[in-house]
Amino acid sequence: MARYVVDVMPKPEILDPQGKAVHGALPRLGFTGVVDVRQGKRFELEVEGEATPELLAEVERIAGTLLANPVIEDFEVHTEERTVAEVAQEAGR
Amino acid sequence: MKVGVVTFPGSLDDVDARRAVTLGGHQAVALWHGDEDLRGVDAIVLPGGFSYGDYLRAGAISRFAPVMTAVVEAAGRGVPVLGICNGFQVLCESHLLPGALIRNDHRKFNCVDQRLRIERTDTPWTSSYDEGQEVTIVLKNGEGGFVADEATLDRLEGEGLVVARYLDGNPNGSLRDIAGVSNDRGNVVGLMPHPEHAVEELTGPGTDGLGFFTSLVETAFA
Repeated sequence: MARYVVDVMPKPEILDPQGKAVHGALPRLGFTGVVDVRQGKRFELEVEGEATPELLAEVERIAGTLLANPVIEDFEVHTEERTVAEVAQEAGR
Repeated sequence: MKVGVVTFPGSLDDVDARRAVTLGGHQAVALWHGDEDLRGVDAIVLPGGFSYGDYLRAGAISRFAPVMTAVVEAAGRGVPVLGICNGFQVLCESHLLPGALIRNDHRKFNCVDQRLRIERTDTPWTSSYDEGQEVTIVLKNGEGGFVADEATLDRLEGEGLVVARYLDGNPNGSLRDIAGVSNDRGNVVGLMPHPEHAVEELTGPGTDGLGFFTSLVETAFA
């Protein structure tokens, strides 16, 4: 099984109201010094077969077609050994 | 004319849109997102709501509903297509219209009687209006901020593809106060405000929205 991670972020020039809302909450919680927050999305895809350049190209097509809207978002695809949930589990969280 | 109104899972305003179509003098035909054909309709409305729960991005999943293959093909043949609010988001996600709609810059859901200026009147949805006519139409959205890159915005302005513009204040952060746009041909129009909620004196701010549903006839006679 191959595992791919797709990170999607709003393009730098696109306003990110959700990130702004998060940023606005931080000082109220006592976290000072954070100058900006941008909020994106992370997708973890489990795909049949071994990780190959062809499969990577396929996942990039998935990302550009559905997971991200290239008009307002950038995306980046990479392979990943472990999911966020697995990392947390191993850390005993 | 037979005007199809598509219902997606999570559509809210499909019934109001069908009622507005009828008040506009047409036969409303209910279409379902899972339909593969358009039942012989002459025009299509994609209504407002929260199709597929706005999951992923508003309109992103609806774009791949079976009916959208037929809608995209019909739009390419010149069939009039009007997307209202969530329907506008679906049209942008389908690349039938340029740009995209993002969360309101002030982060709040907005529900107001909105002043607008109708700027493009040679479309099958707006020919009942006079160019520059000012109207009041209900606006209700959480993700109504129209954005596109500068080159696209310049092209929209330069080629007269801006259909409607917000007046008396920008309600959602839309760039250049854009409330609605069209494709080059003019048959595909997307609008963030809801003309289907402004077709009867009893239930809205007036009847300024009715023109979107009476324009079709006037185009046919033109």
